[in-house]
Amino acid sequence: MAAPVYRGPFGRAQAERLLWRAGFGPRPGEADRLARKGLDAAVESLINPGRENLQGKPPRVRGHRLAPADAWGHDHLWWLDRMVRTSRPLVERMTLTWHDWFATSNDGVDSQRLMLRQNGLFRRNSLGSFRQLLLEVTHDPAMLLWLNGVENEKGAPNENYAREMMELFTLGADRGYTESDVREQARALTGWARDWRYGRPYFHYDRKRHDTGSKRVFGKTGSYDWTDACLLALNNSDHASYFVTKLWSYFIPTKPNGATQRALERIYIRGHKIKPVVQAILRHPDLYTGPRMVKPPVVHTAGLLRALGRGIDGDQWVWIATLSGQRLFHPPNVAGWDETRWLDTSTYRGRWYASTYASEPKAIEPSYKAKHSTDPDRIVEQAHAFWGKPSLTPTTHELLRAFARKAITGAGGERVANAILTENAVRQLIAVSPDLQTC
Amino acid sequence: MARGCHDFTRTELVRRAAAQAGCGLPAIEAGMPLPAGTGLTRRSFVAHSIGFAMAVYGATRIPLPLFEEGVASAAGGGKVLVSVFLDGGADALSILAPVGDPQYRVLRPRLALPDSGLAFAEDGRLRWHPSLASLATLHGEGKVTVMPSVGYTHPDQSHFTSRHFWEVGATSTQLQTGWLGRVIDRIGSDDNPLQGLSLDYNLQPSLATAKRPVASLDSPQGYDFWTPKVWGSVEDQLLKSVAQLGAAHAKSTDPALRQAGRATGQSMRLHEQLQPFASEKATSPITYPKSDDAFPARLRSLAMMLATGLPIRCVALRAPGTYDTHSEQPKELADALKLTSDSLLAFQRDLEARGLADRVLVHVWTEFGRRAKENGSKGTDHGAAGVGFLLGTQTTGTMVGEYPGLSGGLDEDGNLKPTADFRAVYAALSEQWLGVDADAIIPSAKSFTQPQLVR
Repeated sequence: MAAPVYRGPFGRAQAERLLWRAGFGPRPGEADRLARKGLDAAVESLINPGRENLQGKPPRVRGHRLAPADAWGHDHLWWLDRMVRTSRPLVERMTLTWHDWFATSNDGVDSQRLMLRQNGLFRRNSLGSFRQLLLEVTHDPAMLLWLNGVENEKGAPNENYAREMMELFTLGADRGYTESDVREQARALTGWARDWRYGRPYFHYDRKRHDTGSKRVFGKTGSYDWTDACLLALNNSDHASYFVTKLWSYFIPTKPNGATQRALERIYIRGHKIKPVVQAILRHPDLYTGPRMVKPPVVHTAGLLRALGRGIDGDQWVWIATLSGQRLFHPPNVAGWDETRWLDTSTYRGRWYASTYASEPKAIEPSYKAKHSTDPDRIVEQAHAFWGKPSLTPTTHELLRAFARKAITGAGGERVANAILTENAVRQLIAVSPDLQTC
Repeated sequence: MARGCHDFTRTELVRRAAAQAGCGLPAIEAGMPLPAGTGLTRRSFVAHSIGFAMAVYGATRIPLPLFEEGVASAAGGGKVLVSVFLDGGADALSILAPVGDPQYRVLRPRLALPDSGLAFAEDGRLRWHPSLASLATLHGEGKVTVMPSVGYTHPDQSHFTSRHFWEVGATSTQLQTGWLGRVIDRIGSDDNPLQGLSLDYNLQPSLATAKRPVASLDSPQGYDFWTPKVWGSVEDQLLKSVAQLGAAHAKSTDPALRQAGRATGQSMRLHEQLQPFASEKATSPITYPKSDDAFPARLRSLAMMLATGLPIRCVALRAPGTYDTHSEQPKELADALKLTSDSLLAFQRDLEARGLADRVLVHVWTEFGRRAKENGSKGTDHGAAGVGFLLGTQTTGTMVGEYPGLSGGLDEDGNLKPTADFRAVYAALSEQWLGVDADAIIPSAKSFTQPQLVR
């Protein structure tokens, strides 16, 4: 049985949701164009997007190009820019997914260069083979530093990576492994080392530091090494279900039903390929008919900039990201960001300022003499068009019109000035509305 | 018994304050919502108490009239619990080093602390970590209750699972609300996000409620909402409309819209509550440690907010540093412990100077302790039972549970066995401190014997 496929209407609303879930929202007109393709071709265009083409102006901060490996915050700006300008939104979105899945923080690595190198690994394997991805991550320098892989030696094991590899990367907490498996897998994973040459670190496999003795993992015995450790976890009977459930949760907030879960597991097990599983999820009815999801903050921010066709031209996006709860390259811990808790009174304010700073350069200058409509409905319409006419709930639309009617007061020039202030305000109301925080 | 007393006291204070407020304050603005039971509007109350708070900050301490005390207790709801989380699993065997245990040096050949540390009066085998002089001082004053080996049976060595257990107050992966969140759901109100306050960029999950609003706040200063080229009456109307937008979606049938609606509404309400702090600098009669980490500044702000009578009940924040010391433990741990305990001492002194000390209890916890045997990287791996503390003038200052020893006190994985259960601690804090029936907060509360934690 294949996974079910959505066969309902595929209009602008559905295309918009797909662009948010599988990317960073539509550019102006993009949702309509995608809707005209129909579901199958739309998903295909995301899954196989061709060569990357960065559209729009390259980022400049304080008149200079970015120095992502060196300057503070430029790592974040560099990636945000790519999310905004990419022609391959799903590739970037999957890169973000792997950053969350194998959550590595520069707080522990302390090298933007190594974090970017890991980011390249995630992008390269974003829709490829999970087997390859796991093997590469296991000896990725940033990961080796983050979870103490280079300190895990024969005779002096450090079980940090072994535990998280099973708990968070492949099997799930308390599923399919024991405390003894953690210790034995740590022994299998020994051998990776960081040494120094000409004052620079280099990462390599050192046989002398590998524990060649026999290990007992998942009830089987062998003289396992790091590759075996990864493959043992991948071939554990609890892996496929964990992989499918977790990957699904990045796209759809409700759990898959039993038949879907089994179908996705079968697709996955055929070769640990990521792309066919993502494709099936993006075509699944639950994505289009189920409830909404809260957008991750960086997705909300990138989406606002895409809607405005605006690039990165300042470093305010770094503190705004911190405030909204998602500073790239700094997930809170190895479990990644908590997707169930994106919104609270503190992070809400971060999203507010993302909206403020996204629209700020284009805010309309209030004037008594301007030629400007003072009709409340017209003002709402113009503010809505400013963001590319995103779908809004009737509740929100009605509140916007009520607001405009109340806010546009006075007569003559004063009324004109108030209408302009109101149009700026409606732009903000739309961008901070619950509608735009979710998709 | 104790529970009955607290209930009585709180209700009495609310009633008394309301009665006195009615005759003691300027006229109440029309249309303002009343804080439960006080007979005061929130805004006039806050504005008024800022005035008295300023006076207290001055060089001389002005005795507060009974009236003011009544208002402060009623609006603040009396007792406050501050939960401080040592993130990552702090090493109990370094915090209270068992230098008198012959196994200590065997298991910790490289990491064992010297015998010369600060004596721990309640158990001659233990020494305070040299960075914990501040905690040792408070312990000497009878203001620290130590739980040397607190945890639960069948320990989970995953950070996330074990932390979740501690946050929800049960060894269940299913519970969605935090234990403090359930306290707020029980004793809180529908219009006061400050009652459950996470001093952080994000909400601490222990404060997650099912229905009542709670707040997350990096700092009470500058909680503003600026919109480009919008001002005057349009701006006022904008903020009102945002609140309406939140309220409308808070009733949505879609869970994500509902969540966004709630966050919107709570933010606007909190914005209103914090108006008095919009441009005020945090001041304090006490000097806090200087640090890039926000922890000392957050405690200072908290003392100031409490002093102004803001209706805060449960607070959660993270201690500075990481306690997940898989490698290079000595340095990381020393720095983190020093800043944490020095900040907590400053906070305690601040509360004492402001006359608030009897209202506040601080609970320090971590998701687990670390393996008794050190690892190969000058660090320690995940363990089971860990150390916890209660700080304040109202705690008993008597150890809860005991140090189990490294000979008979380790489980089959080589980790400390618990001699106190965290759920018993929560049950005791609920009843003895917050005045809430423990059965309403902790699943199967009756199956845990509550230690006496409050004087």
